[in-house]
Formats: sequence, structure tokens, C-alpha cells
Amino acid sequence: MRGIQQLLQQHALFQDLPEADLTLIGGCGENCVYNAGEYIARENAPADFFYVIREGRVAVETYMPNHGALCLQTLHDGDIFGWSWLFPPYRWTFDARALEKVRAVRLDGKCLRQKCEEDPRLGFELMKRFARIVTERLQATRLQLLDVYSSERPRTAETRQ
Amino acid sequence: MTPAIYRIDSRVEEFPGTCTVRISPESAGGARRCSAGQFNMLYAFGAGEVPISMSGLQGDGSYVHTIRIQGLVTRALHRLNEGDSLGVRGPFGCGWPMDKVAGRQLLVVAGGLGMAPLRPIVQALMAGSARPASVQLFYGARRPQEMLYAAEVEQWSRALKVVTTVDHADTGWPGQIGVITKPLGAASVDIENALVFLCGPEVMMRFCIQVLLAKGVATEAIYLSMERNMKCAIGHCGHCQWGPNFVCKDGPVFCYRDIRPWFDIRAL
Repeated sequence: MRGIQQLLQQHALFQDLPEADLTLIGGCGENCVYNAGEYIARENAPADFFYVIREGRVAVETYMPNHGALCLQTLHDGDIFGWSWLFPPYRWTFDARALEKVRAVRLDGKCLRQKCEEDPRLGFELMKRFARIVTERLQATRLQLLDVYSSERPRTAETRQ
Repeated sequence: MTPAIYRIDSRVEEFPGTCTVRISPESAGGARRCSAGQFNMLYAFGAGEVPISMSGLQGDGSYVHTIRIQGLVTRALHRLNEGDSLGVRGPFGCGWPMDKVAGRQLLVVAGGLGMAPLRPIVQALMAGSARPASVQLFYGARRPQEMLYAAEVEQWSRALKVVTTVDHADTGWPGQIGVITKPLGAASVDIENALVFLCGPEVMMRFCIQVLLAKGVATEAIYLSMERNMKCAIGHCGHCQWGPNFVCKDGPVFCYRDIRPWFDIRAL
């Protein structure tokens, strides 16, 4: 338990949280290892966990009929994976697959959700911290959509017609 | 102002629509000395003239340029083969401040074709010059197939910390998938000692600067290469005027501190 708490303490997401909160969150966590090719999450499956990636590369993918898996982004050491545990219907919206051996801390979102309901201060604190990650990912996705390296000019509403 | 005649010694197709040429003058004496970040005006006979950055170290009296098809002139230049002639004026402009590199934590951030003007810096560092305290290269591209100098980047990664990221790829790609701002944001930066050389599409540079400033990097530690409609290349015609600066003469490499007021103005 102490080990998980220490690991979390070193991560930016949990920085400066009171000791009691860290103990509580650490109590919902465990170390886990995924081998290359193993799925960490599958689209539409219950999203009961989220992950702090300690080491390794994870592909966030979606399946396209007649094409196969399409990788949307890769996550790496220090990244957080998963926020579907925070919002109904608590199901994964994408697949996540280990591209190499991945070591992570798996946190029980279902258990944390319950604790956040009981302690709104902790709930709001976690929500603020996750909102920041969501915002950063949204900004990155928008930048990706801009296709800035293309030699063609971005299409506007007028040029799309 | 009169172009000198150069001949294409070698030509490598980097990927469809983009090639790298080594050119040398037909007259004796070799090409004039240039510094990393400067550019030449390349003239395709009958088509016109365009500014193209130096994309390689000059060691043998030649210039190296990477050309991507963007319009009529670049299409004409791209069509040229080994042995063909073109006109050259230059070198022009202010390059990267290599005199500031010694002892600094150097972050080289390249996006897409922006790798081309930064390549001479990496080549110089690989050759042991400038002596920074450390070097990190961040290189973002659209797809793995559209990465410039792929074999060379692979070589660099054995000596320098190189992070490559592409917007789209399948999982066979060993680098990162996503935008360049993510690894840049995750990088460990010594804000007191960092020096950043940044080149890529303007929107990419804008987002990278946001990340760097959020990390606490000083505006005077960020240098970027700007692109504008350059015609005369010597600050006379005014085509590339940008605030009080002429990009061709005062740039194309600027310190972000000096151009910040104009960088943030839309449509300028």
C-alpha cells in the first residue's frame, strides 16, 4: 500500500494532495503489468479503472470496419489513461493496447467514485485534476485535426462546399 | 541581384513531392559561405524565384536545399534532375544564434518541413561543434512516410535524445503518435539554461511557444524561423515586411522576445 501511495505522490496528477487523500486513493490502487499486444481496455466494456502508466507504450485505438484497428494516439511513461470511470455510462469509448511491456498503477475508479460521492471536496479536487488532462487531450486532438503539416490549406466551411 | 548559375550535383526524393538537392556553382570558386538558418533564392528558369532554406552543412563549396512542391516555381524546381541548371542568389538573412549554444540545454523543435532549416544545426552538433550542455530534438511530422532525412534521424537518435512523433500512423511505427506539443510538454526543461530553436508551420510554432512559456522558458530563450512572401531578399521590396522587420533581412530567424507583439497579431 505504502508503495502505491509513494508512486502516486511522485505523479503530477496527485501532487500536493493531502496525505489522507493519497492514502485513500492509494487504497484503491494496485500495480499491474501488461505484455505487448494485451488489451488494457476494450470499447464499450465497463470502465471501472484508470491507469497511471509507469513504463511502456500504450496505443489508444478504435476499430474501423474493413480497415482494422486505427491508432489515435500513443501514451507513454507518466501518462494517465482513462477517464470514462468518471462519467456515466462508465464504459470505455476506445480500445487501449499495450505495444510493449507496460507497467502501470491500476486504480479502481468504481471504488473512487463511491469515495468521491461521500467526500465532495475530494471529488471536486479529482475532477479539477482530470479536467486538466481532458483539456490537454482535447487541445492536442484539435491540433491533430488541423493537419498542420499538410501542403494543402486547411479546409474552411466555404471550401468544403 | 543577378542569379549565379548552379548545377544539381545530386537529388534525393525524400517522399513524393519533396526532394533534397545538392547544388554547386558552374563558375570556379565554390558557393559563398552560409550559416544555418539562412536561405537562398532559387530561380527555376522560366518559372520564377522562391526562397529556400539551407538544409545541410556546406563543406565542399556547395549548397543543400530541400524543396517541397507548393506552387508553380517549386514544382519547376522539383522537376529538375541531376545535371540540370538553376539560378541562385544568396545566401540571405540572419541564421540561428549558434554563438549562444555553448553550455546551454538546447531544445531543437521541428515540425514537418521545418526540419530542413534545423538540419544544419543537428549536423553541426553531431560534428562536435557549438558544445551545448545537452541536446534534445523533437521532430513532428504528418506520417512516418513524410519524415525528412529518416536514416539520418535514426543515426542522430544514437547520439542525441530524439523524440519523433507523427499525427497519423499504424502501431508498427516505433515513435509516438500524437502532436508535438505533448512530448514537448512532458520534457524535462532547465528553464534557467534552456535555449529553444523552433521551426515549423506557424500554427504549430504558436502552440509550441504556449507550451514552452507555460513551462517557464523565457521569451528571450526561444528562437524561431518565420516564413513570409519574400521577393527581393534584401529588404527593398517590402513584400515580407512584418511589423518593423523585413523577414528576408532581419530574419528569417528571430528571437521570440523581439517579435512577440507581431507574432500575436492575426493576419499580419
